[in-house]
Amino acid sequence: MYKIEAIIQPFKLEGVREALKAIQIDGLTITEVRGHGRQKGHKEVYRGREYNVDLLPKIKLEMVIPADRKDEVIRTLIGAARTGSIGDGKIFVSEIADAIRIRNDDRGEAAL
Amino acid sequence: MSYRIVTGLLLLSSALFARAPEGIEAELAALRAAVKSSQSAGDNAWMLISSALVLMMTGPGLALFYCGLVRKRNVLGTMMQSFAMMAVITLVWAVCGYSLVFGEGTPFIGDLRYLFLRGVGAEPNAAYAPTIPHQTFMIYQLMFAIITPALIAGAVAEPGRFGGMVLFSAFWAFLVFFPVAHMVWGNGGFLNAYLGGKVPVFDFAGGTVVHISSGFSALVTALYIGKRRGYPSQQMMPHSIVLSFVGACLLWVGWFGFNAGSALAASSLATSAFVATHFGSAAGALSWMLAEKLRKGKASALGAISGAVAGLATITQGAGFVQPFSAVLIGLIAGAVCFYMVTAVKDRFGYDDSLDVFGVHGVGGLIGCTLTGFFATRAVNSALKLASGQSAPLGVIDGHWMQVPNQLTGAAIGIAFAVVGTLIALKITDLIVPLRIAERDESTGMDLTLHGEEGYNFEA
Repeated sequence: MYKIEAIIQPFKLEGVREALKAIQIDGLTITEVRGHGRQKGHKEVYRGREYNVDLLPKIKLEMVIPADRKDEVIRTLIGAARTGSIGDGKIFVSEIADAIRIRNDDRGEAAL
Repeated sequence: MSYRIVTGLLLLSSALFARAPEGIEAELAALRAAVKSSQSAGDNAWMLISSALVLMMTGPGLALFYCGLVRKRNVLGTMMQSFAMMAVITLVWAVCGYSLVFGEGTPFIGDLRYLFLRGVGAEPNAAYAPTIPHQTFMIYQLMFAIITPALIAGAVAEPGRFGGMVLFSAFWAFLVFFPVAHMVWGNGGFLNAYLGGKVPVFDFAGGTVVHISSGFSALVTALYIGKRRGYPSQQMMPHSIVLSFVGACLLWVGWFGFNAGSALAASSLATSAFVATHFGSAAGALSWMLAEKLRKGKASALGAISGAVAGLATITQGAGFVQPFSAVLIGLIAGAVCFYMVTAVKDRFGYDDSLDVFGVHGVGGLIGCTLTGFFATRAVNSALKLASGQSAPLGVIDGHWMQVPNQLTGAAIGIAFAVVGTLIALKITDLIVPLRIAERDESTGMDLTLHGEEGYNFEA
């Protein structure tokens, strides 16, 4: 099992969700987050004073998937979230030791 | 035939005239009373609406305009500083404030003839507003006394402490607003152009009384209380231009009550002031946007509304004296100069007037006071009469150059009272309660530490 964390541009969320649905990835958690990578921020000007806005709004998607679907999911995410410009986001992949369904004690991939 | 008719008519008319005196006199008296009462009804309706409009400028207008410009943690505290004036100044006004402004008294301060509003009832006060109840006049003028200290609070919106600022505002009303308002508008006031002043100043709706006095007091208060912690190295972005936007639009609408209401009647002068107000505001908004576009590359929403407020503050003094295109010119100058004040001059001097009360109201008020001396004309306002009974020339465009030094004297006296009175009020307050929020509380924010609430409660 792998956990995929994808940080994407907020306006890409709809497209990414549709793409994941199309390959039957149904379990998904979404958070509104703020942060920056190399993109850094932008400048805003209020009454002539410049402010650096470093922390940009992004969407973080988290999903835990069976091991054999990892590459497919990553390919789908990239395909749906890429614009080619700076600020497109990142995908992090980590191994998951176990998963438990609270309702009935299912374990491992059966719980996904 | 015609001889008969003429005779008949003569007979008829002589019969009428014989019976006339009593009946017609009584009817004329009844007619006069009816005309007077319907004029009073019209004027009173407009003045009550104007009173409500001016109150709306403080809450929610100014409260929203200001609270959007502070950080999230100070949103309620900033709104409260405006709102508290609606409560505190009202009571001070009722007890003795009204009397100190509009009682005849001395040239510098009124007397106590209207203490506890004694004698302020349905009967009009002929010297001030002969067609509306004295009580309407009283409540209308109160709204000006409320908004003026509420404006000052914007200069220390984030470091100011609630209790200290409220107490300061009460002292300030006595030391600055009451004397300045009496001098300009009170019967026998030193600067009153209409009721026996030594130096005649034209201040239609409070350019000197409200904007110069609050703007310069704001600068003194900002310097006295000091910068926000971390200013200017730390970023202190406005948290919601949306709130400020709504507030500024309410201010614009409320300002019709402020300026057009200052005609104190539903008259053509009120219309003229209404038009000048609207044109001044529009020109101010446009001019600030253009200046910003040229200097910074983008015309911002905050810039547009700041320009409108600058235009409104600047046209206030001359609203009932100037023609529509003079108002446009005044607004254009206001937008550009105030933009320069808050973007360049403030940084050069390094003071932290957190919401630019000085740059917009103080400077706008001063420009408006001076330009009224140029553009005031009897073509708009013919109330001031010469000894011969003709209407007096008002400003430079009427050929009356002396009005400019008169206006500047008025402004100088207003500024002197504002600076000295504010310093005294701050010193006295400082001896009783702290004026500045504690260092630790400043980073947590006023909302939680001073009011025990949060503006945006995400756990609710």
